[in-house]
Amino acid sequence: MQMTEFKPKIVAFCCNWCSYAGADLAGNNRLNYPAEVKIIRVPCSCRVNPMFILRAFQRGADGVILCGCHPGDCHYTSGNYYTRRRMALLFSMLNFLGIEKERTRVEWVSAAEGAKFAATMNDFVAQITALGENKRLEDLRCKK
Amino acid sequence: MQRIGVFVCHCGTNIAGTVDVKAVAEALRYEPGVVISTEYQYMCSQAGQDMIHEAIRENNLTGIVVCSCSPRMHEATFRKTAQSAGLNPYMVEIANIREQCSWVHKDMEIGTEKAIILGRAAIAKVNLNAPLTPGETPVTKRALVIGGGIAGIQTALDIADAGFPVDIVETKPTIGGKMAQLDKTFPTLDCAACILTPKMVEAAQHENIRILSYSEVQDIKGFVGNFTVQIKKKARYVKEDICTGCGLCTEKCPQKKVPNEFNLEMDNRRAIYIPFAQAVPKVATIDPNYCTMLKTGKCGVCAKVCTAKAIDYTQKDEIMEEKYGAIVAATGFNPISMKPFDEYAYSQSKDVITSLEFERLMNAAGPTGGKLLRPSDGKHPHTIVFVQCVGSRCSAHASKGKEYCSKICCMYTAKHAMLTRDKYPDTDVYVFYIDVRTPGKNFDEFYRRAVEEYGVHYVKGMVGKVSPEGDKLMVQASDLLADKQLHIEADLVVLAAAIEPDMSARPLATMLTASMDTNDFFTEAHPKLRPVESPTAGVFLSGACQGPKDIPETVSQAGAAAAKVIGLLAKDKLKGNPCVAGSDEWMCNGCSSCERVCPYGAITYVTKEFRMPDRTTALRRVAQVNEAVCQGCGACTVACPSGAMDLKGFASSQIMAEVDAICK
Amino acid sequence: MENNTNRMKEQILRTSGVNPLKCMRCGKCSGTCPAYDEMEYHPHEFVYMVERGDIEPLLKSESLYKCLSCFACVDRCPRDVEPAKLVEAVRLMVIRQQGQNHLKPDQIPEMLDDELPQQAIVSALRKYAK
Repeated sequence: MQMTEFKPKIVAFCCNWCSYAGADLAGNNRLNYPAEVKIIRVPCSCRVNPMFILRAFQRGADGVILCGCHPGDCHYTSGNYYTRRRMALLFSMLNFLGIEKERTRVEWVSAAEGAKFAATMNDFVAQITALGENKRLEDLRCKK
Repeated sequence: MQRIGVFVCHCGTNIAGTVDVKAVAEALRYEPGVVISTEYQYMCSQAGQDMIHEAIRENNLTGIVVCSCSPRMHEATFRKTAQSAGLNPYMVEIANIREQCSWVHKDMEIGTEKAIILGRAAIAKVNLNAPLTPGETPVTKRALVIGGGIAGIQTALDIADAGFPVDIVETKPTIGGKMAQLDKTFPTLDCAACILTPKMVEAAQHENIRILSYSEVQDIKGFVGNFTVQIKKKARYVKEDICTGCGLCTEKCPQKKVPNEFNLEMDNRRAIYIPFAQAVPKVATIDPNYCTMLKTGKCGVCAKVCTAKAIDYTQKDEIMEEKYGAIVAATGFNPISMKPFDEYAYSQSKDVITSLEFERLMNAAGPTGGKLLRPSDGKHPHTIVFVQCVGSRCSAHASKGKEYCSKICCMYTAKHAMLTRDKYPDTDVYVFYIDVRTPGKNFDEFYRRAVEEYGVHYVKGMVGKVSPEGDKLMVQASDLLADKQLHIEADLVVLAAAIEPDMSARPLATMLTASMDTNDFFTEAHPKLRPVESPTAGVFLSGACQGPKDIPETVSQAGAAAAKVIGLLAKDKLKGNPCVAGSDEWMCNGCSSCERVCPYGAITYVTKEFRMPDRTTALRRVAQVNEAVCQGCGACTVACPSGAMDLKGFASSQIMAEVDAICK
Repeated sequence: MENNTNRMKEQILRTSGVNPLKCMRCGKCSGTCPAYDEMEYHPHEFVYMVERGDIEPLLKSESLYKCLSCFACVDRCPRDVEPAKLVEAVRLMVIRQQGQNHLKPDQIPEMLDDELPQQAIVSALRKYAK
C-alpha cells in the first residue's frame, strides 16, 4: 500500500546557460512534469562535484539527474566534457557503493528544449518511482 | 548569523494560481535566519521593489530571498533594489517558483509544498552567502592586430578611426596578405590591387596605426585589458626609416636566382627585394638565406648602390615588449599542399597549377605580365580544365584533404573561367564541379553569366586522373549527367585547392589560450551570437583564421571585430564577474590539477613564502586565480583533490546546503 | 520481394563494410575508372543503386566481371566510400549461388597463351569462381 504513495525526492542540477533555461522554457510552455523534481542552479554542469551527488543520496534523495549543454555547446567551451568523464567514472562505481546506477543520469538539454526537459523529467521520475526508495545509502542519522 | 528577508511574489495569478503564497510566506518565516517573511502582488513592480527596499532598511537585513520568477528574468532587478538599499547585490537569491513550479504543476497542494522547499533551499544558500565585489582592472587603450591581410588592415583602420592606437604585426616584409596576390575580385571584377592598395596606404599613413612588418609575436602574457606581448622584429638588414624604396638595389643585386614567393615561385627575385611595387612599407629586405654578403662576406653591391645609405649588414633581430588591451587574430589562410594528390599530376607537370598560381598568371604584375601562358613552355593554352573541390569536402577518414567546404572556390573558379573566356575567346574552358555553391549577393548571377554569356563548359562530375603526355595533359573525368567518361586533351589544369588556416595560428592560439577546432580554425565564443570573439576574453577574430571566407565577408567580420575591440577599449575599467574561483592557499597542495582543466588559462602557480605555525617560514607552490580571466565555470573546483578551490557565489558549502534543504 | 531486396542490400553492406550514405555524388570514382567504357553500371552507379536497394539489375550485370579490382576508385574517393568493395560484394553474392561460377576450370585451357602469367589465371579463378 505504501508503494503507491511513494513520492521520490529528486535533485536536478542544471547548468545556468542551457538546461536551467530549458527548464524555464518548459515552464513557459506549461509542460507538466512531477513536482518531485527540485532544480539546483549551477554555473556549469562541470561545477557539480560527484560529492554533491553522494551527499544527496546520503541525505535521502532517491534520484539525482544532472543536465548540461549539449557537447560542443558549453558556455565555457569544454565544461560538459569534464562532466561527461567525471560522471562516467562516478556512475561506474555506484553499484559498488550500493546505489543502483539507474538512480543517476546525465542529460544534455539545450535552452530550446523545454519539451525535452519535461519529457526527461517525466521519464526519470517514472524510473525512480519504479526503483522505489533509496534505502541503502541513506544515512539514517540524517533522518530525524 | 544572517538576517534574512523572504519576499514571496504572487505574479498576479501566475504564481498565486497554483501556489498558496500566504502559506509559503508563513512556512518560510520559521526557517533559520529569517527575520521577516511577506508576500506581495508584483514584487518586480516599483511598489514591490520599494517594499523590499524598506524592509531591508527597517530590519537591517543582511540577505534576501525573493520567491518569484526565474532568476534569468529578474535577478538583476532585485540585485539593483538590494544595492539601492545598501545591501551587497550578491546577497540576493531567487527561488524560482514560477517557471519551475507554478507553471508546471496544476495542484495547489503540490505546488505550495514544492514552493516551500525551493524557498527553503534558497534560504539555506543565502545563509552562507558572502558579499562579493567584482574586481576592477584598468584597460590599456591600445590594440594589437596579428596579421596584415585585408582582415587585419580593415580591423586596424576601424579601431584607429575610433581614436585608439593599433599595432599591426605582419610576418612578411609587407602588409596586404593574400588579397595583394589576387588579380580581380568577384562578383564585380574590380582589380584587387585597385581596392586594396589605397587601404594599405591609408593604414600606413594613419596617425594611430603602427605597422610592424617582418615581425612575429613571440610571447603573450596577461589577460583582457592587460596583455603584455613580446614582438620579434626580424633583421631586414635595411634601415627601415632611411630606405626610400627606390628599388635600385633590387636591380643591381647579383644574386638573381631566388624563388619569388610572392609569385608562388613561378619566377625569381633578387636576394634583396621589395615583394611588389605597392608594398607597404615600401622598404627593401635582404633575404639572409641567399645574400652572398651575409653568407660569405663578399659582395656588398647593394650597400654601394644605395644612395640613402640604408643598408646595414650588422642588423640584429630586435625584441620589443608592448602592452595592449585587446588582441585581434587575423592570421588568415593558405591553400593546402597539392603534393598528396598525385592523381592530378601536380608534382609531375608544371602545367598543373593551383588557382592562386592562376591568379598570378592572370595578374598584370605577375610573372607573365598578365598574359595567360603555360608555365612549362610559355605557350598560350587552348584547352583549360578547372577542377573544383580539390582537397575540400573529404571524409574525416580519408588519407588527405579537409572535411569542410572551402567556400571561396566556386566563385573564384567561375571568375577565372569567365576572365579566361573574356580575354581569350578561342580557349575551351571546362569546369568540373560536384556542386556549385554560390550563396551571396550577386554570386549566383555571376556564375550563371559565366555559363550563359561566356560559354564556360560546366560539367557535373569529377576529374579522376590527369596524365602528362608529350606537351599535353590527358584529363580523364566523369560527366555524371551524360553518364559518360570524358577524355580531354588539355593544355592547362587548374586545381581549386582547399584552404587551411595559416601555420602560425596554432602556436598563436596556444599563446593566447584561445580555443581552436580540429582544423585549426579559431573557435568563436558563440557560433551565432558572438561570432567575432574568442571564448578567451580580450581576444577577437577577424577573417579566414576563424573559417573560410571571401573578401566581402572578411571585411564585414573585420569591422565587427573592430567594433567589439572599440567597445572594450572605450571602458576605463573592466568590471569582472565576482562569481569566480578562489583557492585557499593553506589547503592547496600545488598539484596543478586545476591549472590543467581551466579552459581560460586563468590559474597560475606561484611559489610563496608561508609563516608556519611554529614560526618558521616555508616555501610552498600554490595556485592563484586571475579573477579578471576566470569566467566562473567551476571546473577547477571539482578537479581540486584537496578541496582548496572553491567558486564564489556557488560555493560547495552553498550547493550542499541547497541539496540538504531539498532532501530534508 | 521488398524483403528480399532489403536482405540482399544488408548482406552486401555487411560483406563489403561500405556505407553508401557517405557518398557525396562527386563522380570521381567513375572519372578515375580505367574499365569505365566496358561497364554497364559505373562505379558511382553501383554506390547509388545499392543505396536505393536497386540490387537485381546489378546481379545480372556483366559489369561485375569488368571491374579490374584496381582499387583506383577506393584510393581516390574523397569520402572514403570504397566503391570497388561494393562491386566485389555484389559479385560474391552472385558466384556464391550454386552454378553461378563465372569462370570454370575447364574454360581455362582455351584461354591459355604463352604471355599469360600463371598468377593471373589463379587469381581470376579465385575472383570469378566459388
